Amino acid sequence: MIQTYDVLIVGAGVIGCSVARELSRYRLSVCVAEKGPDICMETSSRNSAVLHAGYNNRPGSKMARFCVEGNRSFDEIAAELDIPYKRTGKFVVGFTGEDMEALRKLKEQGEKNGIRGMEIVGRDFMDKKAPLIKGNFAMWSPTTAILSPFQFTFGMAENAAENGVRFFCDSEVTAISLEEDGLYTVSTKGGQCRARWIINCAGLWADRIASMLGMDDYTIYPCRGEYYLLDKKLKDTLPLPAYPVPNYKTGGLGIHLTPTLDGNIMVGPSTEYIEKRGNYATTREIMDLLIRDGSRIYPYLKQEYFIRNFAGIRPKLVPKEKGGYHDFVIERRKDTAPHAINLVGIESPGLTSAVPIAKEVVRLMREAEDLRENPGFRPVRRRFPTFRDKSPEEQAELIRQNPDYGEVVCRCETITKAEVLHAIGGPLGARTVTGVKYRCRAMMGRCQGGYCQTRITELLMREKGIPPEKLIYGRRGSYIFTGEVRG
Amino acid sequence: MEKIHKQAVIIGGGPGGLAAAVELKKKGIQDILIIEREHCLGGILRQCIHDGFGLTRFGETLSGPEYAQRFIDEAREAGIEASVDTTVIGLDRDRTVTAVSRKGLVQYQADAVILTMGCRERTRGALSIPGERPSGVFTAGVAQAYINLKNKMIGRRAVILGSGDIGMIMARRLTLEGAKVDAVFEIQPYASGLPRNIQQCLKDYGIPLYLSHTVTKIIGEGRLRAVEVSRVDENLKPIPGTEKEYPCDTLILSVGLIPENELSLMAGVELDPRTRGAVVDEFYQTNVSGIFAAGNVLHVHDLVDFVSLEAERLARSVASFLEEGLPGAGIQVETGGYVGYTVPQKITGRQDAVLSFRPRRPLRGACVEIRQDGVCLVKKKYPRLLPAEMETITLPASKLISDSSIKVVTSGE
Repeated sequence: MIQTYDVLIVGAGVIGCSVARELSRYRLSVCVAEKGPDICMETSSRNSAVLHAGYNNRPGSKMARFCVEGNRSFDEIAAELDIPYKRTGKFVVGFTGEDMEALRKLKEQGEKNGIRGMEIVGRDFMDKKAPLIKGNFAMWSPTTAILSPFQFTFGMAENAAENGVRFFCDSEVTAISLEEDGLYTVSTKGGQCRARWIINCAGLWADRIASMLGMDDYTIYPCRGEYYLLDKKLKDTLPLPAYPVPNYKTGGLGIHLTPTLDGNIMVGPSTEYIEKRGNYATTREIMDLLIRDGSRIYPYLKQEYFIRNFAGIRPKLVPKEKGGYHDFVIERRKDTAPHAINLVGIESPGLTSAVPIAKEVVRLMREAEDLRENPGFRPVRRRFPTFRDKSPEEQAELIRQNPDYGEVVCRCETITKAEVLHAIGGPLGARTVTGVKYRCRAMMGRCQGGYCQTRITELLMREKGIPPEKLIYGRRGSYIFTGEVRG
Repeated sequence: MEKIHKQAVIIGGGPGGLAAAVELKKKGIQDILIIEREHCLGGILRQCIHDGFGLTRFGETLSGPEYAQRFIDEAREAGIEASVDTTVIGLDRDRTVTAVSRKGLVQYQADAVILTMGCRERTRGALSIPGERPSGVFTAGVAQAYINLKNKMIGRRAVILGSGDIGMIMARRLTLEGAKVDAVFEIQPYASGLPRNIQQCLKDYGIPLYLSHTVTKIIGEGRLRAVEVSRVDENLKPIPGTEKEYPCDTLILSVGLIPENELSLMAGVELDPRTRGAVVDEFYQTNVSGIFAAGNVLHVHDLVDFVSLEAERLARSVASFLEEGLPGAGIQVETGGYVGYTVPQKITGRQDAVLSFRPRRPLRGACVEIRQDGVCLVKKKYPRLLPAEMETITLPASKLISDSSIKVVTSGE
């Protein structure tokens, strides 16, 4: 018997997970089909991790509206789902008269979008907030925050799962057909199912899913952004994100510096239009560019602080020749696909806008049918307690309650066995090394798993019963072992 | 929180910590605790199952586990207390050591803290090697742990970047386990590991070593499929047009070791940017009174025998520290010419001092001098000096002519 759902969501990135959580408020059977081996594997986990204020987007656009709303309402979802974030504020720094002109316009645009508190500030103010950031003046945006995109996405997914949503990984959608009875039959690499509604949250592949739904008019132009990740030793040197004056034509916000909640610093991203969507390669030319451009606003971009390079890919709806941004597409086409919601071109500020976008999906569905509230919906999710940020007394208490807290697995980030086991065995537990890393931060430190990788692979194989040659690092085909040395 | 008093707390139960513990006990220090994060003592030696250890210290050649076992047995016979499966998560300037294990969180107040945490490996990220991010890229030590400790085979066809000793040893190990090792690439114009390993691990197995070459791209979406290798110029920059692709499923990185001083920094220990270990005097005492360091956490050694010998010297000075205190060291040791660094970096001048050093590049027929106030105090000839091999030079106290700093230099001959 093929399972039938009210709603099938394609893609378990931040948008798919947000939609899943929002829909779990209603009496609907919902499932999420994810192509990758885990959730939060593509654009959602590879970005600047900034909760934008919303001044970068054209007044009246969905981008502007949802970004501002997403920023304003974030306290609420963060409290419900226990998502770590910090309202650091942000500087867009300037050097020249031309920059000043651009910053004034930016501020004006932000005010039109309904953002309050933005100011053009001088060096004195900058010195008080972040003395090491270069620039003669800046636009100060007090509502900008930094957040954990991992915790945000996993938090919504876990809460959705707790409220009944089912997640299927390794389930790339290969065909969608609308049957005569009005239901969709969806074929995936993980099996078939039927659904009344399809929500396309496929990010980089959203044009392909749209086309399977009968909407052939979209093309995603993948636009890669490379980053450097810097050592925590620099923690105190950058208390808040620092951006250059954006050049919208490039399709990005310029090479900027962003502190992470855990004390690292990210430098990037570049804007490179690429051919292949899954190509997360980093390149020598861009690495050099990041250092050159980043050094204009921050002084410590030296090799001794580099711990990793990574890249993310923007699913853009505008080609390189055109440049700039296309507004989010969030639509229900009553004629061609009345029971499909199509989300295409959800690039920056998609992370900030994730919750308002999900609410918009619900609004569009309600145009077609009544949604009844799910009386059992539980909005609250709590993070598994982390060991590293506790006082010695609290740490002693954690170990008393659960001795696994006494085994430090990841030395650099002080992540304990209790946290790794929870990442593996908790709701929507990890099956890959990257999955463990994204959930609990093990291996994200300066030794990059040199100490703990062997322990984590062992725990994964043991807890999930995975044979050595089947264990993968993160992406499909990323096997780690060819077998045992001695049988 | 209540603290447990200890005369000496040793952080890390590898060769350095074990040798220090045994020697301290011999010197009459009773109240010693070794804290070890692994389940067994022995440190990284547990995974070094090849032989060649112990020639200097024991006059015979042993495997890593055998070498470690000698010290473990001695420590056990001497009744030295060791907490295994215990991780130190905090160290303060006042020598408070915070450690956790399944049994709980414990704080120790130590009269002396001995840092023997060893080192970690430099990673792909630290080198910023461009390319995709497939699996199959391992540091040499991780590869060694998988094969020798976890019984896991990591690939079938390998290329090795860096001619460090562990990389060469892994080239042999992988070959013996049936993998094909195509080549070792070294960015420098000379090998960074020991000559004996070039012979016994590469030449004996027909594995070519390409100097002045480096990996310029990593290729493969899921698992590693190939690496692109380029020749480099005298500034170590890849030369365009020299790229060559090597199909492989495994890349082993043996590109340097970094002393693991995170705890030292928590206590305010000053580090030497050249060694990335603590700045110490001839007693191996850091700038923080009562905190001492030896072994690979102080500076990366090429032979474990030297780690043990250094830790034993440290133990003797810790015993003096605990019994009668130690004098301050006021004479700075500077370096010049091709001398890359020295340990210690400061001396008292009251006793003969043995200075360990490495050259920054290979030298033939080199002469090393110790100078003070422009006067040559000691001069020693070396038929050859290699960055891979740590050397020593002794400065008799009687030769010093003042209290000003001394300088260790290669002289132009």
